[in-house]
Amino acid sequence: MKTKLKLKEKLFSGNLGFTLFSIVIGFVVGAIVLLIAGFNPLEAYSVMISGVFSRPKYISWTIIYATPIIITGLSVAFAFRTGLFNIGAEGQYIIGSLVATAIGYFLKLPPVIHFIFVFITAALAAGLWGAIAGYLKAKFGVHEVIATIMLNWIALYLNNYFVMLEGFKRPQSETSYEIQNTASITILENWKYSDVGREWLSNYPILKDILAAPVNLGFLIAILLAILVWYILNKTTLGYELRAVGFNRHAAEYGGINVEKSMVISMFIAGALAGIAGALQVTGVTKSVAILAAMEGYGFDGIAVSLIGSNTAFGSIFSGLLFGMLKYGGPKIQPFLRAPSEVVNIVIGTIVFFVAIPKFIRMLGSLMNKKRGEKNVG
Amino acid sequence: MLDNILESLAFILGTTLMYSAPLIYTALGGVISENSGVVNIGLEGMMTIGAFFGATVGYYSGNPWLGFLVGGLAGGALALLHAIASVTFAADQVVSGIAINFLGPGLALFLSRMFFDGATMTRPIDLEDKIPRSLDKILTKGTFIEKVFNQYDTVYLAFILVAIIWFILYKTKLGLRIRAVGEHPKAADTLGINVYNIRYLCVFLSGVFAGFGGAAMSLAVVSNFRPTLISGQGFIALAAMIFGKWKPQGAMLACLLFGAAQGLVVFLGGTEFQVPSEILAMIPYVLTLIILMGFVGRATPPAADGVPYEKDSN
Repeated sequence: MKTKLKLKEKLFSGNLGFTLFSIVIGFVVGAIVLLIAGFNPLEAYSVMISGVFSRPKYISWTIIYATPIIITGLSVAFAFRTGLFNIGAEGQYIIGSLVATAIGYFLKLPPVIHFIFVFITAALAAGLWGAIAGYLKAKFGVHEVIATIMLNWIALYLNNYFVMLEGFKRPQSETSYEIQNTASITILENWKYSDVGREWLSNYPILKDILAAPVNLGFLIAILLAILVWYILNKTTLGYELRAVGFNRHAAEYGGINVEKSMVISMFIAGALAGIAGALQVTGVTKSVAILAAMEGYGFDGIAVSLIGSNTAFGSIFSGLLFGMLKYGGPKIQPFLRAPSEVVNIVIGTIVFFVAIPKFIRMLGSLMNKKRGEKNVG
Repeated sequence: MLDNILESLAFILGTTLMYSAPLIYTALGGVISENSGVVNIGLEGMMTIGAFFGATVGYYSGNPWLGFLVGGLAGGALALLHAIASVTFAADQVVSGIAINFLGPGLALFLSRMFFDGATMTRPIDLEDKIPRSLDKILTKGTFIEKVFNQYDTVYLAFILVAIIWFILYKTKLGLRIRAVGEHPKAADTLGINVYNIRYLCVFLSGVFAGFGGAAMSLAVVSNFRPTLISGQGFIALAAMIFGKWKPQGAMLACLLFGAAQGLVVFLGGTEFQVPSEILAMIPYVLTLIILMGFVGRATPPAADGVPYEKDSN
């Protein structure tokens, strides 16, 4: 007996429904934690919301926060779809930002061309870094999770080694020199601080406020990358082959796909994406790299972004923006309410936790249906 | 000259033992969980919450052992979430572990701000309230042996725990059941072993051990909890477990290797040595990759590792 699915049932059976449900639970759990700790959750959430939306500058910042994790999310999602778990986005991001800074600082090239060169070299370097893990898996059967964990740490120490080198390290600091202006993708960077720019902008307060943050081309590039990832995965032979390997390695091999090559290519693309995230962060926001005492978390956030976005390209954009809001708006409850901003991590963790257990949500759904059924019978 | 070398060697070996201990606890947690067939990538989060509770309870009670125990229980409590997801609800265990890694540090820092006036660092424990060094009075001061083996009690405990877990896994009925569940849950189920109970127990214990590992860090190696205290050590323990081929003794050796690298970096930091510490710090990770490439044989996980078991499925 086939009956038409109701909207509610559709939501409960589909990926999107699970995700939305998980997000709601995440915020509910966050609210409960705040409540137990003696804070008013509604107040906390409204501080977060106004901390994101109440000024154009805040929106700029939220997008700037979201940009790198959207792209590391794409990196993780791409690997997931091809059957690989890229915990290494963290290290690939580090390699990308390091190479971007080096090329951006040492080379003297005309504007635009310089950025393109930075972009390509960072993507290549991080792609190769990612490909190491793919190669180790293909040739030696080393699990990519452990290989990428190792590569993350190697990347971190490599970064610290190079930043310390004379000629690259800015004296009396823990950071490298800044990249040349020609490699920057920050919009109107010099103009907005020039006399002409200041004067002109003072007539347009909204625009002035938007540009008070380091607004850059990164977000646009992130969207283009998402389209590219979607296109490669769903519309090309390469994507088809890579996904086939992810579905069933042996069947793919039987079907004539070179499995080993696919793994290397897949990790190369995932690595390149994470490296681009690093390059865009350097050319758009930070302008330099610093000595890292610990992992910065862009790669790990990317894992959560990818999972919440159901490992799809466009899902990563939305969950990345959600993340950006939480990461930028969340800490504002600290000065305003003296409420610990780490509630944000609890919300994120809870969302991921419930994303992991669709079976629970399905059970909940069928339980509700059953109850209603009983009522109808009675 | 010889004295100098011995002195340096003693220092390096001593620091190696000290830094290995937290890793060993945590890696043992990984061993027990994965032998029962549950991948535990959440060790990092469990270690972090253990470090926080250890330091906090240690600070308020003045009793380091109470802190250590509560640290373990906190890790175990977090692990129960992982068990609910991965055993009861057949979740993707990696995803659930990732969630734990957000929840653990999130909760630890949240609570730290609540208990310590908005600070993400807990207040330091008095020196006499740290984990004791029981052999301090027995060993003769200044000897080589004393310099290497005069450690916090958590260090000795870590090695004792390795022996205990080895014994349980390979010499007892319970261990056989754990391994059976990890290798072939369906067969184990047919023989009347409760797959779910075994897995719940093992995941809980893995959290307890990871919590011990964190507490061993915050109550012995240093004397408080701070946001960067654990940063990545849970992942290193995870790698050590794989490196050690899912065996307690193997994991221990791998942890010693990672500990030695840290010991060497600390040692060379105090000398005029020319090799940059960053390059040295990298070595164990490079070495792990090389070794995993098959020079010491393939590392094979338990057959059902990471596969949720559902009774009614085929």
